[in-house]
Amino acid sequence: MRDFSYLRANSVDAARQAAALPGAMLLAGGTTLVDLAKCGVAEPDTVVDITHLKGLDRITVDDRGAMIGALAKMSSVADHAAIKSRFPAVSEALWQAASAQLRNMATIGGNLMQRTRCPYFRDPANFPACNKRTPGSGCSAIGGVTRGHAVLGTSETCIATYPGDLATALVAFDATVHLGDRQVGVDDFFLLPGATPDREHAIAPGEVITAISIPASPAAQRSTYLKIRDRQSYEFAAASAAVGIEFEADGRTIKDLRVALGGVATKPWRARAVEEALKGKVLESDTVRRASLLAIEGAVDHGANQYKIELAPRVVARAILKVGETA
Amino acid sequence: MTSKTRIPIHLQINGHRHELEVEPRVTLLDALRDHLGLTGTKKGCDQGQCGACTVHVDGQRVLACLTLAAQAEGRAVSTIEGLAEGDGTLHAVQAAFLEQDAFQCGYCTPGQIMSAVACISEGHAGSDDEIREYMAGNLCRCGAYPHIVAAVRQAALEVASSMETAS
Repeated sequence: MRDFSYLRANSVDAARQAAALPGAMLLAGGTTLVDLAKCGVAEPDTVVDITHLKGLDRITVDDRGAMIGALAKMSSVADHAAIKSRFPAVSEALWQAASAQLRNMATIGGNLMQRTRCPYFRDPANFPACNKRTPGSGCSAIGGVTRGHAVLGTSETCIATYPGDLATALVAFDATVHLGDRQVGVDDFFLLPGATPDREHAIAPGEVITAISIPASPAAQRSTYLKIRDRQSYEFAAASAAVGIEFEADGRTIKDLRVALGGVATKPWRARAVEEALKGKVLESDTVRRASLLAIEGAVDHGANQYKIELAPRVVARAILKVGETA
Repeated sequence: MTSKTRIPIHLQINGHRHELEVEPRVTLLDALRDHLGLTGTKKGCDQGQCGACTVHVDGQRVLACLTLAAQAEGRAVSTIEGLAEGDGTLHAVQAAFLEQDAFQCGYCTPGQIMSAVACISEGHAGSDDEIREYMAGNLCRCGAYPHIVAAVRQAALEVASSMETAS
């Protein structure tokens, strides 16, 4: 790990100023930054430690929704009673992510900023070509071992999968990222790779995530996060779905539906086509399975990741049926 | 490799205060092992994947290999060396690991034990499935998992009954 200078921010303003310096990076839980510094991917000149800032770890939940401070730990949010009851998909996405130790370290703001697990991105010594790391250098994954790579939202320059679980749930329920005074919808916060895969988030140097808010809704309250992976625990998603349903008064007709996919796309992937196809329909297995195929409209595989195109709609359908049938 | 200025930090480890000067990039794991001689905390993968370096910071289990030493300043750090009582009486989890033979080579064991202590105090040791899920961040390459689960289960019951006796 290359050495760096260490600055401890004692206010959000001080953190903003320090983060605007060239070569400066914010340090919260450290589970991404310290890891990537060891891999030689992150090479900060200055690390700005924001973990000692007071008051940024607050979690408040009321009838309008949840406001989660950027420094709240993943474990605190996962175990929060009101998050569990009003946003079960958010709690489930969190406790199924990483390990207990990592969840005690990683913050909610830092979680949004986590980088891809693409093995080529993480190994600059052996794979110098990576458009995400070094724009214009090429992509080592295309034509390589692609089992974990994305099938949705890819471009000719990058097929790296967005690895997170939390943001998949946040995208489903229209959460907002608070950058001090500025606010960005979480779907717009994550950028498609396009020709600039090095730009992953709609955040400028010197901006600091201060909170994430999630509006309350009946669909968020009746929700789940289904994560399918190679082993039962402590693994990234092969495919996952955050789903929430609101029924009409008859208890069978779908009034509101939210569907987002994880583990298969270059950013947290809202599947609006599935939602639109099922709104107004009666919850019924065949209808749900047919509509769920819309989740992978436009998917492109790169060989070994082809299974995701078959897996993702099944995960979506299973999640919809699971949350729809638990009255 | 350019070295930036070393910074003075003080760490509170197992109730003792330590002053040291480290490069900012030094992790809590390296500070414990190389600067303070507390080698009970193990370096496995050094990438946050194996759990061998699990310690408690302010009572929460974390990975020392992904924590900068400077970040731990002002926090209470507990390591495997501080787990037994002053007279050498083992913690219930340590005793259960011995009784259940919950290790082979023993390298992952300090991390397993620190993780298990937290797993029990968090209330995540209610069933074997729950123990497996909440101990998933501690890998054992010898594959001693069945005995580790048995040890955590036994220690959880002992901790629960000792709390009942105390109340």
